[in-house]
Amino acid sequence: MGLLHTVNKSPFESKTFDTCLGYAKDGSTVLLIEDGVYAATTGTSAADKIKNASGVTFAVLGPDLQARGLEGKLADGIKVVDYEGFVNLVAEHDSVQSWL
Amino acid sequence: MAVKKFMYVNRKAPYGTVYALESLEVVLIGAAFDQDVSLAFIGDGVYELTKGQNTEAIGQKNFSPTYAALGDYDVTKIYVEKESLEERGLTLDDLQHLVWEDEDEDWAEKDSIRLVSRAELADVMAEQEIILSF
Repeated sequence: MGLLHTVNKSPFESKTFDTCLGYAKDGSTVLLIEDGVYAATTGTSAADKIKNASGVTFAVLGPDLQARGLEGKLADGIKVVDYEGFVNLVAEHDSVQSWL
Repeated sequence: MAVKKFMYVNRKAPYGTVYALESLEVVLIGAAFDQDVSLAFIGDGVYELTKGQNTEAIGQKNFSPTYAALGDYDVTKIYVEKESLEERGLTLDDLQHLVWEDEDEDWAEKDSIRLVSRAELADVMAEQEIILSF
């Protein structure tokens, strides 16, 4: 399986999420963690970009979403994983690119 | 001691960085000095006030309940920028309902949050004597 990309910055405060999308090829996965989880919430331009990025799988780290009180705001098409799921994603992909 | 107009400007999301928590600590310390205090939440700062925060799984302290105590410290002016909420797909319903009790009106409970436009908030900011940014 392709690359696992992780993004830990808010899409409103940094270009990291957009840059990552430019590098996310078909078959890769983008995992949103820490302040990156804000990109996974409904009604944001980041969520629209996720919707339009076919061929890429999107996941969000549940504990980070819960911490921020946004579980109920999760946009469609994004898988929620826990820490164990994070580890599984790392194991399933060829390599990890941590966008900081 | 002369009373000055203080504004604390909050622009960072909670937990990812320590700014939000540090700001709250400074506000609480400053509250002991009986100054005219306003808080502004703009940009990702609006995320500090979301309700239902649960940090159990990330192993950090959930400091969000502390915002509800600000009224008891006479911090009663909490400005939330409308444009920032909208850009993030949020409404006031997604935020905590923060109140204070007005001793001049038999402790009537009043809303602390004032939803304002960027232009309105710019006017309030321009009236301040001391602005602390986080």
